[in-house]
Amino acid sequence: MPLTETIGAATLDSLAYVGGLARLIGGAIRAVFILPFQGKKFHMSRAVHQAMSVGVEALPITSLISFFVGTILAVNAAYELRKLGALHFVASGVAIAITRELGPLMTAIVVIGRSGSAFAAEIGTMKVNEEIDAMETMALEPVQFLVAPKFLAMVLMVPCLTCWADFMGVLGGGVFGVTSAGFTWGTYIQATLDALLQRDIMTGLVKAAMFGLVITAVGCQEGFATGLGSEQVGRSTTSAVVKSIFMVIMVDLIFTTLFYVTAPR
Amino acid sequence: MSPAPTPKPSAPPSAISVRNLRVKYGEREILHGISFEVPAGETLVILGGSGSGKSTLLRTLVGLEQPSSGEIWIQNKDFASISENERDDLLKKMGMSFQGGALFGSMTVGENVALPLQEHTNLDESTIEIMVRLKLDQVGLSGFESYMPAQLSGGMKKRAAIARALAMDPEILFFDEPSAGLDPIIAAGIDELILKLKKAFRITIVVVTHELASAFLIADRMILLDKGVIVANDTVAEMQKSLQPRVRQFLDRVPEPELTGEIDYLQMLTGDVPPQRQ
Repeated sequence: MPLTETIGAATLDSLAYVGGLARLIGGAIRAVFILPFQGKKFHMSRAVHQAMSVGVEALPITSLISFFVGTILAVNAAYELRKLGALHFVASGVAIAITRELGPLMTAIVVIGRSGSAFAAEIGTMKVNEEIDAMETMALEPVQFLVAPKFLAMVLMVPCLTCWADFMGVLGGGVFGVTSAGFTWGTYIQATLDALLQRDIMTGLVKAAMFGLVITAVGCQEGFATGLGSEQVGRSTTSAVVKSIFMVIMVDLIFTTLFYVTAPR
Repeated sequence: MSPAPTPKPSAPPSAISVRNLRVKYGEREILHGISFEVPAGETLVILGGSGSGKSTLLRTLVGLEQPSSGEIWIQNKDFASISENERDDLLKKMGMSFQGGALFGSMTVGENVALPLQEHTNLDESTIEIMVRLKLDQVGLSGFESYMPAQLSGGMKKRAAIARALAMDPEILFFDEPSAGLDPIIAAGIDELILKLKKAFRITIVVVTHELASAFLIADRMILLDKGVIVANDTVAEMQKSLQPRVRQFLDRVPEPELTGEIDYLQMLTGDVPPQRQ
């Protein structure tokens, strides 16, 4: 096949994939906000159950990773800033990097590993066991029943987790700042508050919500695309993780550029 | 008083009416224009060997596959042209028991049976609980409400799946290989259960199977599918007496003749039926 045809076919495949994700997101939005007014039930308890699994149960690992990332960031910043005699910028550097970028990103990576893969495995296993077919023959819409609660939980919980990750990241940077960069806890917190704008936190949270959407869409899409046989479930899970990471980075790039253009610091 | 509405001339009185149904997977046609009727309250058994298209036919009847052409009328409604709500209403009147049970693995047996009632009715939880117990009792699984599907044997899974299919008191029940993979005693128990349901509720039943003993026991009428076409559509008695070579070969369990010629072999590979077997 000529190169141009290969590129064309790959582009069409990619667009079709993104179209599939958009259709899934649209279906979930319809299931949460429109169908309940047309007499179809949406069980909030399922969304709450998902929120517990996606958010609350992810708190320990998110805390640990964000804390260490904050510390690592502070140590790396101190390397260069010490040469310039500007160690007092460690606090502001950590705060901005964590809230604008690393908090949402590290949270997204944790959520992909815990929940995105679990979504693909759960739906993939149901597909292999004909449970999705059974659902359809019972007049239950799989998107409404399975996907919508996951979307709602993720869009709400990923920003919440990100808030917590931001706090833990700043705390991690603070431990280095207080022990090795001449800060007291009071001066470190003050320097952080002085450096942060509300916009820094908000842009991070908007990105986190988008990451939540993308991770859910990819995880569920890969689950529904599972072929026959149990080994396909493993393949779907791997694919969900790899594609989610790529999609999250792409969404991050788009939104960071958008925020840079529309609301420069 | 307004005059009684006249039924559409094209709407047949049968519970299920299939007209010139064709189903394709990609470019490959699986069902080649088949037609049949299932009168209300009858049990139709669809027989056929592996790859004959019987499971595809069943999946198409319950809406899991889309026909490439032809019509499926269920309770006088064209399955392809009805609205989403009408389709849901129709599906609620149908129950399907899958080959492997297809019970939701993350729910208990009781929750599996309760699910359609919770989703499609406004019954309170205590009434649903009573109905779940009744349905499980009907299939001989009293006391298994709190068991997970993974804790059940193959036969029990099939019974639980039947209980779930019965949850909404369906008017049409579909069974995909109800006794496949079960030992003869358990399989006989499932046949007995289907007969009991047929007698008690006068449900229209469609069963896909290749188990001859089971088929002759439960059927009112039988269809033999071969490579996507109906080769026989008869009552049980007529089917048993049939002299049609393909029917006799299937019922007498005669193996396929060895493929000797190159043309036969090529026809087998391309899925074309050799003319002498039509």
